[in-house]
Amino acid sequence: MPFSAQPPASGERYALSASLDNARHLSSLLRAVHFQDYATCLATASGLRVTVEDAKCIQANAFIQAEIFQEFSVQEESVMFRISLSVLLDCLTIFGTSSLPGTSTALRMCYHGYGHPLMLFLEEGGVVTVCKINTQEPDELLDFDFCSTKVVNKIILQSEGLREAFAELDMTSEVLQITMSPDKPYFRLSTFGNAGSAHLDYPRDSDLMEAFYCNQTQTNRYKISLLKPSTKALALSCKVSIRTDAQGFLSLQYMIRNEDGQICFVEYYCCPDENITEAEL
Amino acid sequence: LSRIGDELYLEPTESGLSLRAVNSSRSGFASFLFAPLFFQLYEPGSAGPETELFRCKVHMKSFLGIFRSLPSLEKSVGKCLILLKPRASRLVLQLHCKYGVTKTHNLAFQECERLQAVFDTQSCASHLCAPARVLAEAVVHFPPTLAEVTLGTGPGGKISLRNYVEDEAEPSKTMVTELWLAEDEFQSVAVAPGSHITFCLKEFRGLLSFAEASNLPLTIHFDEPGRPVIFTLDDTVLEVHLVLATLSDLESDSQSPSTNGVSHLPAPSDDFADDLESFMADMETSEGGSERPSSPTFPLRTPRTAESKPEEEQEEEEEEGAVPGTPPHKKFRSLFFGSVMTPGRPGPATTQEVLAEDSEGES
Repeated sequence: MPFSAQPPASGERYALSASLDNARHLSSLLRAVHFQDYATCLATASGLRVTVEDAKCIQANAFIQAEIFQEFSVQEESVMFRISLSVLLDCLTIFGTSSLPGTSTALRMCYHGYGHPLMLFLEEGGVVTVCKINTQEPDELLDFDFCSTKVVNKIILQSEGLREAFAELDMTSEVLQITMSPDKPYFRLSTFGNAGSAHLDYPRDSDLMEAFYCNQTQTNRYKISLLKPSTKALALSCKVSIRTDAQGFLSLQYMIRNEDGQICFVEYYCCPDENITEAEL
Repeated sequence: LSRIGDELYLEPTESGLSLRAVNSSRSGFASFLFAPLFFQLYEPGSAGPETELFRCKVHMKSFLGIFRSLPSLEKSVGKCLILLKPRASRLVLQLHCKYGVTKTHNLAFQECERLQAVFDTQSCASHLCAPARVLAEAVVHFPPTLAEVTLGTGPGGKISLRNYVEDEAEPSKTMVTELWLAEDEFQSVAVAPGSHITFCLKEFRGLLSFAEASNLPLTIHFDEPGRPVIFTLDDTVLEVHLVLATLSDLESDSQSPSTNGVSHLPAPSDDFADDLESFMADMETSEGGSERPSSPTFPLRTPRTAESKPEEEQEEEEEEGAVPGTPPHKKFRSLFFGSVMTPGRPGPATTQEVLAEDSEGES
């Protein structure tokens, strides 16, 4: 909160300006999608969305609503730029990543507009750091066209049940196969590695299952290397919703509660592995 | 078992499930026999008059990977089901976890011959039994990298443990650690005085950790240098055996280079059984306080080894017999550390003693 360094003059109009008392509310969420160096930031009146993509098959989005910030203003309808997520995270955690109780890094973020760098003012214990990160032309983002009306199967699980499973996934398997069905095995994660195959089954009446809406038996395979980074989001979250549409596109939505109890979301979208047309059970 | 070998042999028997491993040089063998009572349900399958109970081997790493995190297993796993499906060529391990979650692992296996080491605890001259803790505390004094240790019996019934130092090593650069345990630290001591054996500590440590964790007393059966040492753990539902080759005595210079360093337990064949008995009888009567098996025993052995090893080395053997006191140390080492056995060759014809035959030997 206290800023002894001069904040930008009130006369200037910034395309984006935001203040956050605890930078960790932003950095921890960004880490959950940090599987590529570069990210695309989109700021609208509702908040900030940071998108990371890979191989044209996977997209992760971190949403930080405007309400999380102490101050959040966007001048135009939307502001969008490409930025190095690695550098952004390094700056946000410039005072270190270990959090002593009671201390937090305060953040003020300013962006003049197209062609200007993103300015970060970070303060902790009276020490201020100013960072200027270059921005780039945003790339076109994938549109998975995933809307609730097209969803075939949906389940909501408590993250606790999946965390260990994802952390221990057999990485010698090229794919992660997900089966969702109104009949047994209901929800199954399978890998096919060097040692043999492994199946993890979650019954529909499990205590972990918060919602189970499966209409059709679907089995889809996804490249395990693409989905593995979602483990970070899973580790932070308390609940996860897993949805598939008719084409086998996968949507994973993670509900994350931050230190102050506020709710944020991270989502991952993934295309099914094209090499497999007929998936086996 | 993973400290011994890279493959886990699973053999269901009428008396329980046996898990076994052998090391690459066939100088170490271990088996864990879990009695049917250990399990909630034990169905070894039916063996017909012609067929035996199915057995297989799997990669140790694959099997261990399933039980990766012990603390989380204890917290979340209720029960484990193990199914052997020969027709599907799969060993199925199913963990039933909290919240109704089921983890099923289908491991590929290989069919295998029966893995059985040839050993007999009854025929050993010396037996020691101690709580695992006593031995663990003793062994902790040796560096983790130490390969071999010598266990010996001394005056007053004391038992000594000493790190084995090769004679080639420079005396000024080597550190020797020796510790003595009093007879009363052991639960039972029945040893031939002045006996000693040298065996691989690394392979023993694995069993020792298990014994400590399960709080079972460890029994050591040993004989003269060169004969295998047998470590056993006994429980109502579990029987564990670890058989390790021991270094032949330095003075046993009548050995051919290729037979040095590994225990001389003869292969199970009729001739040798008789010879063995007479040999043992000789040993026991001639013991009487001699520090080491003295040369008179070698003439007894040489003919037998000459018989059993009809190879070039025979001539060398006799030559060396003529030069006492110049033991071929290098050959000890090379054998002990891994001349690779070609599996399936019958014992007598091999240049290295085979503890674990591939064929169906009896114990």
